Amino acid sequence: MTDLDLGALLDDSTTSVVVCCGAGGVGKTTTAAALALRAAERGRRVVVLTIDPARRLAQALGLDELDNTPRPVVGVDTSAGGSLDAMMLDMKRTFDELVLTHADPGTAQQILDNSVYQALSSSFAGTQEYMAMERLGQLRAQADAEDSWDLIVVDTPPSRSALDFLDAPTRLGSFLDGRFIRLLTAPARAGGRVGARALGVGMSVAAATLGKLLGRQLLLDVSTFVAAMDTVFGGFRARADETYRLLQDPGTRFVVVATPERDALREAGYFVQRLARDRMPLAGLVLNRVAVSRARISADRARDAAETLAESGERHTAAVLRVHADRAEVAARHRRLIRDTAAAHPRLATVQVPLAGADIADLPALREVAEALCTP
Amino acid sequence: MSWHGTDAEPRLHIVTGKGGTGKTTVAAALATALAGEGRRVLLVETEERQGISQVLDVAPLGTQETEVSTGLDGGEVWGLSIVAGAALVEYLRLFYRLGRAGDLLHRMGAIEFATTIAPGVRDVLIGGKVYESVRRTASGRAPGSRRGRHLGEPPAYDAVVLDAPPTGRVGRFLDVTGQLADLARVGPIRNQADAIRQLLHSGTTVVHLVTLLEQLPVQETLDAAAELETDRLRIGTLVVNQTPDASVREDVEVVAAGETDPARLAERLESVGIRTSPAMIEGLVQTAAEAVTRRDLEATLEDAVVGAGRPVLTLPHLPEGVGPDAVRRLAAELAAQGVAP
Repeated sequence: MTDLDLGALLDDSTTSVVVCCGAGGVGKTTTAAALALRAAERGRRVVVLTIDPARRLAQALGLDELDNTPRPVVGVDTSAGGSLDAMMLDMKRTFDELVLTHADPGTAQQILDNSVYQALSSSFAGTQEYMAMERLGQLRAQADAEDSWDLIVVDTPPSRSALDFLDAPTRLGSFLDGRFIRLLTAPARAGGRVGARALGVGMSVAAATLGKLLGRQLLLDVSTFVAAMDTVFGGFRARADETYRLLQDPGTRFVVVATPERDALREAGYFVQRLARDRMPLAGLVLNRVAVSRARISADRARDAAETLAESGERHTAAVLRVHADRAEVAARHRRLIRDTAAAHPRLATVQVPLAGADIADLPALREVAEALCTP
Repeated sequence: MSWHGTDAEPRLHIVTGKGGTGKTTVAAALATALAGEGRRVLLVETEERQGISQVLDVAPLGTQETEVSTGLDGGEVWGLSIVAGAALVEYLRLFYRLGRAGDLLHRMGAIEFATTIAPGVRDVLIGGKVYESVRRTASGRAPGSRRGRHLGEPPAYDAVVLDAPPTGRVGRFLDVTGQLADLARVGPIRNQADAIRQLLHSGTTVVHLVTLLEQLPVQETLDAAAELETDRLRIGTLVVNQTPDASVREDVEVVAAGETDPARLAERLESVGIRTSPAMIEGLVQTAAEAVTRRDLEATLEDAVVGAGRPVLTLPHLPEGVGPDAVRRLAAELAAQGVAP
């Protein structure tokens, strides 16, 4: 297993986007924030896009509320000439802005008022992933236009699976471009010239059944919505594909985050394979919360000694040894799991971050995480 | 007070928790504990994750109920994975006598459309299936049967345990009618949603929340409990999962009670034939200090969990991972803490 040198990655001026991904609860957001802080304090002009930071981490970054605009983080050491801006994704607002930017005012309002749009933009499974990518694209364009940032660090949504981040936009795109929707909205697209008769019996049965079930109004809303969006974007699928390509850009680097637990590592393994298949540049794997034994004495030996000492009344020393033995056993289990992962992915570069005590509440704590991340 | 802390007799147990807290394992253990002699419990998952089949080491669950395990005292545990699309086809078959037309709808992409376009519809379909399995009677046992519960007739399942979406999504999942407000104002879907809502807010239903003794999961659990209570759902127990072993806790207590003096520690270790080094002693002292800090943090978090005023169930950390044996062990732990059919 090779070492992942995140310090060098961040210092490399050709690195323009770092995407942190992994299963939920493995410390993705913290990793993203720590890397961004580190890069900024080493002279890069950085913006970090967080998705759903824990309250205290958000406070540490000065993010008091959902805010779609990057704002400077207070307390960053800018002596090396760098800077750090942070923002929290507001998926509904990103979607709204997308509509407002691309549609004429009349069409935009029609879309924003549509009930299907409102449901889709605030709760469709996948909208968050889609909008995270969309926002990344916007930040990238803004950085190029204004020469404001030279590094964008992105956190990914807390999905059930890390793959959702890659799949959701296309899924949303192909759903909206799907056969049924196309058929359903055909009359609206053709300006009403094509009647339901032309759609065939199957379609009218399907439409009638769904109409009964969901109500005609809903189906009507769907066709209005899709038709309006179509005039704006000319196909969702194409747009999703375009956003996806941004991730294959040579300046993009993926950092996969996991903890030394079977499920999280399996998830990371899937993701690594997928990145390779889609030719997306993988930097390596960050292993968070790895237990390390702090004293060179085996668990078995420590337990034996504890037993002898306890017999002669040395309860305290015996307890210290057993506490160490427990920790050494956890560390051994973590080592085994990590070794198995390394064997399955021999070319995967990794870095291990030791188990930290409390959660991250301020910049000094975040600096410590960064230090651990960048010390292979 | 009952183990679940409500004065009703719940039959629908909804289990939620932050992702990664082990709610699927806890749901399986709860179902196993509730499957007393001669009883049948249905264990349901809703997100097509096949978590139950992984935890119980059985073949992937389908949309038909199958027996997956045996309860602690010989009852039956059945499993089901609810898929919104299949629920919709079944629904259409029953209410519109569509028969094979369901296949047609599938081919047209209409089923995917209906279950995706409005997230609320998907949850109503899943909720509808749960509703049906709670209300079904022993004589209407055939899957899909929708016969109502007649007076005196026993239910098909003595309890239904639902491995629900995680805390981040559970509020929306359980608020079936709220989601539909703007989409389906009338019609069968609406009626179904109203019936589910009634069930969820009745004494038949309790929500259990699973957490770990870590800051984020505890915070999220307490927030979720408060939110669900505001929505007038009944909170049952708070389950603290993966707690350190009692013997480990005892050791840490002993360590905390005394002072770990490096010189004395070295001397004791040498006395039992261990050759020490300054680095080793420093490592041991540090390990001891970190364990005490961790204990203090856990004590604070435990107080916060207890402070929520709900019954607390505690389950041990199982380093060897989860599997059918681990589920039975956890079920026995639950039974020892009063969980009973």
